[in-house]
Amino acid sequence: MSLSRRNFIKGVIAGGAVASSAGYLFRSAGPLLGQSSAAGAVERLLTLNVNGQARRVDVLKQETLAMTLRYKLGLAGTKLGCDRAECGACTVLIDDVPHYSCSVLTHTVRSRRILTIEGLSAGGDLHPVQQGVLDEQGFQCAFCLPGFVMAAVGYLKVHPNPSREELAHGVSGNLCRCQDYDKILTSLMRGAEYMRRT
Amino acid sequence: MPGNLIGRSYIPPDHLAKVTGRARYAEDFRADGMLFTKLLLSPMPHARVRRLDASAALAMPGVRAILTADDLPDLDGAERALTNEPLYAGEPILAVAAVDELTAADAIEKIVVDLEPLPFVTNALDSLRPDGPNARLNGNAWGPPPPPAAQGPPARPSLETVKWTAGDFAEEEQGRLPMGTPLEEWAYGDLDAGFAAAALVLDETFVVQSTGHHPMETRSAMAYWQNGRLFIHASTQSVAQTRGNIARWVGIDPSQVMLISEYTGGGFGSKGGGAVSSAIPALLSRKANAPVMMRITREEESYIGRARTNMTGRVKVGFAQGGRITAMDLFIVQDTGPYGPLGDHRSAGNAASLIYQPPAMRWRAVNVLTNTPPRSQQRSPGPMQANGIIEPVITKAARQLGIDQVAIRRMNSPEGKAPFGPVLPSGQRNHVTSAFVKQALDRGAALFNWEARGRRTGQRQGSKVRGIGVAVGPHGAGSIGWDSIMTIRPDGRLYVQSGVGNLGTHSVIDLARVAADLLDVPWEKVEVVWGDTGKHLPWTCPSVGSQTTHGMTRANHAGAMDARRKLQEIAARDLGGSPDEYETGGERVYRRSNPARGLTYAQAARRAIALGGRYYGHELPDDINPMTRASATSLAGLGLMGVAKDNYGRNGATYSFVIGFAEVEVDVETGAVTLVDLVAVGDVGTVINPRSLLAQIKGGCCLGVAHALFQKSVVDPRYGVSLTDRFHYSKPLSILDVPSAMQAEALNLADPETPVGARGVGEPPVGAAYGAVMNAIADAVGEDVFRRAPVTADVILMSLEHGRRMHEPLRMHV
Repeated sequence: MSLSRRNFIKGVIAGGAVASSAGYLFRSAGPLLGQSSAAGAVERLLTLNVNGQARRVDVLKQETLAMTLRYKLGLAGTKLGCDRAECGACTVLIDDVPHYSCSVLTHTVRSRRILTIEGLSAGGDLHPVQQGVLDEQGFQCAFCLPGFVMAAVGYLKVHPNPSREELAHGVSGNLCRCQDYDKILTSLMRGAEYMRRT
Repeated sequence: MPGNLIGRSYIPPDHLAKVTGRARYAEDFRADGMLFTKLLLSPMPHARVRRLDASAALAMPGVRAILTADDLPDLDGAERALTNEPLYAGEPILAVAAVDELTAADAIEKIVVDLEPLPFVTNALDSLRPDGPNARLNGNAWGPPPPPAAQGPPARPSLETVKWTAGDFAEEEQGRLPMGTPLEEWAYGDLDAGFAAAALVLDETFVVQSTGHHPMETRSAMAYWQNGRLFIHASTQSVAQTRGNIARWVGIDPSQVMLISEYTGGGFGSKGGGAVSSAIPALLSRKANAPVMMRITREEESYIGRARTNMTGRVKVGFAQGGRITAMDLFIVQDTGPYGPLGDHRSAGNAASLIYQPPAMRWRAVNVLTNTPPRSQQRSPGPMQANGIIEPVITKAARQLGIDQVAIRRMNSPEGKAPFGPVLPSGQRNHVTSAFVKQALDRGAALFNWEARGRRTGQRQGSKVRGIGVAVGPHGAGSIGWDSIMTIRPDGRLYVQSGVGNLGTHSVIDLARVAADLLDVPWEKVEVVWGDTGKHLPWTCPSVGSQTTHGMTRANHAGAMDARRKLQEIAARDLGGSPDEYETGGERVYRRSNPARGLTYAQAARRAIALGGRYYGHELPDDINPMTRASATSLAGLGLMGVAKDNYGRNGATYSFVIGFAEVEVDVETGAVTLVDLVAVGDVGTVINPRSLLAQIKGGCCLGVAHALFQKSVVDPRYGVSLTDRFHYSKPLSILDVPSAMQAEALNLADPETPVGARGVGEPPVGAAYGAVMNAIADAVGEDVFRRAPVTADVILMSLEHGRRMHEPLRMHV
């Protein structure tokens, strides 16, 4: 099933989340993490496959994967930078494909494999891309780092030997505001090199 | 300062947590029973709250508390977290705490707010018109700063009302900035004689845009209270300096604030001393008697986050035939937003006098308030705007006089202890501690291959034409007089307390490398303690204005020298002779004449504890800040303590410089600009951490590129509402907008006025790249195609199509 914007909106409507958000100027808070009050907002117990583990979790129909990961599964490494699929800070892999988890409804990924930054080094050893970023000291404030790394890992699974330009395209759905993109790319290229060796 | 660690790259100790996702930023913390808050933002740009009815909201299940401006301490007219008189659309009026965000948002919907609309203005020039509206009920512009007080905090400037005459606006139609009566002004040299002697005089107006800071991490915060003390997880650039601000915003004593901020997701000046909005979860938590999380969305950040002051500037410059500037007359209308006052306009005047070294100059300005999102210093506040206003004139003059663009900047650049700014009360003008701009220009021109590249610019290849540009970005780069605390403990390790915020520049850690080098402690035995005011931090500079590396390497130099002296004294006391006969090195203090005779640092630490007094931190220097005193007292007894204030002298004001070189390709059929290459060279003193330094230069340059090409603020003048409320509407630079490889270097020439030689670097690259990219566009398509930034495709295309500038000449926020 593709996780298109259209499906996302359909999922939200099905979940009844729009009932309360009238969208009055400056008041539209975004229907996040509601529990008791929203009309039709009923939690449902799901089993998710996150970082290789089966996780049982109560989720709302309109709940996004980013919120489930961050606020219900304790996986705060996935960051929220914009809430609107603009910045990529919340990127995770779903069946090895990078997705903006702020724009994926949790109930749509029940039978999928979800991988977050915490799961990359689950065995204790750093993933080659993490090692590349560490060795080359990629990123500064690093708030965007988890999203970039997940996007790079997803891209490199399919394109193991990219040029700098190709890898830049591979992570171009992610924004950094410290903006030393030069060193970010160098560190991810180092990660690509380590990945090819393993 | 030579050493084993200074000048070498290393992997900072916080990086592993970053790459594994374990680094916790403010919104990553949780607490039992944590509530969520949502804000009610003003839909009007200026209004007064006549009536609030929250009864329906408070009756909802799950709603726990409501906070209004009436619950906040008075801050003597300064901006507060909530207001009853919103001064911009998006200003928070109240906050609701509820069991979850959706309930809080629903509660906000149920609150009835009766707002009385008040006059507003979004364009600073409109406020100066004879019948123009004022942004605030009691004025429209900030007066000049009062003279510095002998004691206490500096007095706030007065709010004034300035209106210019219709005659002042006569030149507006021609796109020239009206120049009515300014509120601030200075001059030096003989301006009239300078212009009279000039072979060429140019007079141009330029509009520098406002842009939101938009760090990746918004100003989210989580707070709770324990036993009367506030625990707050917040995002700040400056941990030590933020504690007092939060205390003031919340209305409690600083000693009752426990601020935890180990990781900050960027700030760029918008979180210099924290964020005033952090008072909301703090006070709501006290009211609701439960922890409160305030998640700030990107849209909310676009209002309550900060933005750069925009300026419309007009400059008249006289040039001798050979290119040397003879006189400069600069007038700035600054939009300081609804609060402030910001001082970017003053920094811009100082920067202009510094990097172009006019022998005679006048600076005039008016600092106007508008009902647009609030401003704070943004990475190179002032000098970057000066680059925008003045660079087009320099570029045009070089063209008309037939002088190379690097040559005209080189001949006008500062050197050594170059003077800048107005004549001070002492009768002298200020000067910089050092400047090696000419060397940096030469090095950059060689790296960039300036001459060879210049031969292939300006010629069309199909629809594409290339251009090259250069600019000098200056910025103040260092403060003095801060404190340091470090301890050598019986485990033989050196613990360095760091009150710097951890926003990714690594200065929070770098400063300890100086102490480790001076004491010759291997890096594996150094522990940097940071990110939590409960960990006993020293009085530390705010990490703004590129001052940290300079200010805190000096402080830690002083602290390490104090520790070394104490090691020598203890050795002399135990082993005989005088302290001066002892050396430190190899984790030992030993007799110079007999190196076998000595103490290890671990032994000396135990002796310091036994001796007590000043050796282990019980007796402290008189001149340290009370915060340092309290922290040192808490650490007393743990080992040999180095504690000192930076009392080193300094002759001049510390400035850094970065030279930017850019090549662009412009498609004259679409107006699209592609950045082909960017090279930057820094004159930033001794290099402490090469890899981080180059990241700062390249990252700062990229912010300048984004200002030149994309980013802006757009405010609807009719409704006074900001329209750039998402990333999408003010496009930040992406990885595809920069060349796939960039080159940067630093001269690594020590500043002679600081013991470590290091100056700051964060800011000067911004104006360097901003100016260089715009100059390169001018080189490609003509220097009269644009007089505002960003230089978007439509600006270029419209001008080329019509053969003259078509963009709105003076209006701001378009």
